Amino acid sequence: MAEIQLKALAHSYIANPVGPDDYAIRQLDHIWHKGGAYALLGPSGCGKSTMLNIISGLVQPSEGEVLFDGKRVNELSPRDRNIAQVFQFPVIYDSMTVYENLAFPLKNNKVPAAKIKARVQEIAEVLEIEDKLHKKAKNLTADEKQKVSMGRGLVREDVSAILFDEPLTVIDPQLKWKLRRKLKQIHEQFDITMVYVTHDQLEASTFADKIAVMYDGQIVQFGSPTELFEAPNHTFVGYFIGSPGMNIVEVERCSGGVRFGSIVLPLEAWQLELLERIKSRNVKVGIRPEFIEISPVVSDETYAAEVLDIEDLGTYKIVTTQLGGQEMKVRQNEEFDATIGARIDLLFPKQWLLLYVDEFLVQEKQP
Amino acid sequence: MNKIPDNRAWWLVLPVFLLVAFSALIPLMTVVNYSVQDIFGPGQAYYVGTEWFKEVLADERLRDSLVRQFVFSGFVLLIQIPLGIGVALMMPRSGIKGSLCLILIAIPLLIPWNVVGTIWQIFARGDIGLFGWGINQLGIDYNYTGDTLDAWLTVLLMDVWHWTPLVALLCYSGLRAIPEAFYQAAEIDRASKWAVFRYIQLPRLKSVLIIAVLLRFMDSFMIYIEPFVLTGGGPGSSTTFLSQTLTTMAIGQFDLGRAAAFSLIYFLIVLLISWLFFTAITHADKEK
Repeated sequence: MAEIQLKALAHSYIANPVGPDDYAIRQLDHIWHKGGAYALLGPSGCGKSTMLNIISGLVQPSEGEVLFDGKRVNELSPRDRNIAQVFQFPVIYDSMTVYENLAFPLKNNKVPAAKIKARVQEIAEVLEIEDKLHKKAKNLTADEKQKVSMGRGLVREDVSAILFDEPLTVIDPQLKWKLRRKLKQIHEQFDITMVYVTHDQLEASTFADKIAVMYDGQIVQFGSPTELFEAPNHTFVGYFIGSPGMNIVEVERCSGGVRFGSIVLPLEAWQLELLERIKSRNVKVGIRPEFIEISPVVSDETYAAEVLDIEDLGTYKIVTTQLGGQEMKVRQNEEFDATIGARIDLLFPKQWLLLYVDEFLVQEKQP
Repeated sequence: MNKIPDNRAWWLVLPVFLLVAFSALIPLMTVVNYSVQDIFGPGQAYYVGTEWFKEVLADERLRDSLVRQFVFSGFVLLIQIPLGIGVALMMPRSGIKGSLCLILIAIPLLIPWNVVGTIWQIFARGDIGLFGWGINQLGIDYNYTGDTLDAWLTVLLMDVWHWTPLVALLCYSGLRAIPEAFYQAAEIDRASKWAVFRYIQLPRLKSVLIIAVLLRFMDSFMIYIEPFVLTGGGPGSSTTFLSQTLTTMAIGQFDLGRAAAFSLIYFLIVLLISWLFFTAITHADKEK
C-alpha cells in the first residue's frame, strides 16, 4: 500500500509537443492517499487511461514525477512498482485453468504454495467463481473471464495499489451492479488503495469515496459525490455529473447582476464586486435542474418561462422550459403536470445559483 | 420452404468432380493401375496383384532409405521449429528494422531448390568453398563428399538455412497478432520472460506452429532436389532419401510396377503422419 503522488505531471504522445492541444495530460498535481477508494471520472479521450498507465508504469510520462510514498518511481517498471491493474477487456492466460490464472501473480512473487491455495480460494469465493476454478479459462463466458482478470488484480495482498481501467465494460448491467458492490467490499476488507477509471458517474459514486473528474487532460475537480453535485468546480463537472446535467447559461454583466436575453439575474454583493475586478468576458451562471423551483405565485424573484417538453422518467419528470431564449431544464416530481406551451414561473434559490468565470466556479472567500 | 427433390441437381457437382478427377483422381489411379501390373513394354502388361507391394515392403534398400528419411525429418523438425521460434522472438517488432529483418530472412525462401543445392555444393567444398575451406582451416577435417557424418550435417545445415525462415516468418506473424494488453498484464503480474513465453506467446503461436510443423514435415519428407544436387545421395547411399530412391527406381531402372506400389505406400505414410500430427495437436486442445 502506498500514497501515490503525481507532481507536475504531463504527458504527450507526440515527440515534440508544442501547444497544450498536443498533450494527453496537461500539467497536474495530485495525491491519491493511502487506502482510499477513488474514481477517475471523465469522458472518452480525456486522458484518464493515460494517467492510469502512467501510475502503473506502462506509460512513461513525458514530464513530471510519479512518487510512491514520496519516492520517485518514474524509472521503475510495473513489476518493480508492485502494482495491480485490471484492464477494460478481459486478459486471461487461456492455456491455464481459472485456478492457475489466479495463482499466476502469486507464483511469480514466489508466495508459498499453501498460501497461494488459501488466497486463490478466498478471492474465488469473493468473485463467486469457486465452482469454475478447475475449468480451462478460455472456455469461460466474457463475464467470467473479466472476473478472472479482476481476480488476478485482487489476489496479491502486498500491492501498492490496484488500478481498474473501466473493468465492467463487458459485464452485463445486473452483474455490473453486484461486482461494483463487491469491489467496494473488497476495499473495505483489505484496505488497499484503489483507483477506478470510468466514464459512468453512477459507477464512480457507488465505488468511490472521492471522485476526480478529468476533462481535457486535467483534473478539474476532486471531491466527494455530494461536492461534485452541489458545487461543481468547473462547468464541465456541472454538465457531466447529474442527469440531466447542470443548466449553464452564458451571461453578460449588467448593473446589479448578469443578463441573458431579456432576463436579468441579480447577484450577491461579493459576486458583483468580483466581476468588476475580473476582466474576462467568459462569464456563465449554472443551476442544477433539481434546485430550480416552480413558483405558484408571480413575484419579483420569479421568471416567466414557457414549457417546451415534459419527459416522464417514471419516478420524476424533467421539464424543459424556455427562458430568455435559453433552454432550462427543471426536475419535478411525478405529480407535476402542465401542457406544452404553458407559462410557468421559475424561482432560482440564491445559494444554488453558481457563477463561473472562465469555466471555473467563483466562490466567496471564507471569512 | 418446400424442398423439391430433383436428381438433376447432381449435375451441379460435375465441375468440381471433373476438376478433382483431373488434378488428383486420374493421376492417382494411373499409379494404382501400375502398381498391380508388371509392364514389359507397350501391350505387354501382366496383372500381378499385390506382389509389388509385398516385394517393396521386404526391400532392404527401401527400408534403409525410409529410416534415413524419418531420421532426417525428425532432425529437421527438432532444429527448425525451436530455431524458427527463437528467430521470430528476436526480430524487431516494427519499424524499418523489422521490415529489413523480414526481407533478409525471407531471401533463402525465394531461391529455387536446385540453386540452393548448387550454392551449398560450392560453399561447402574444401578447396574453393568459403564454408568448407574455413572449417578445414580451423583444423577440423571436413569433407562432405567422402564422410557420411559430414554429408549429413551439410544436408541438414542446408535445409535449416533454406527453410527455418519459413518457420520464423509464420511465428513472427503469430507473435504480431498477440494484443499488447497480454504483455501489459504479464508485466503487471510480474511474469518472468520465460513465463511470458510459456503462457502467453507459445499458446498463441499454436495454430501457426501446427501449420509450420505440418509443412516442414511434409516438405522434408519429400525432399529431393537439394540433396540430389549437393551429394547425389552419397557417400554410398548415406544421404539417399525416399524420393531419390523412388526416382532411381521409376526412371533409372524403369521399374514402374514396383515404383508405383512404393509411391502409394509413400503417399500413405505422409498422409498418415500428417493426420496423426493434426489430430494429436487439435485433440490436446479439447477440455478433458
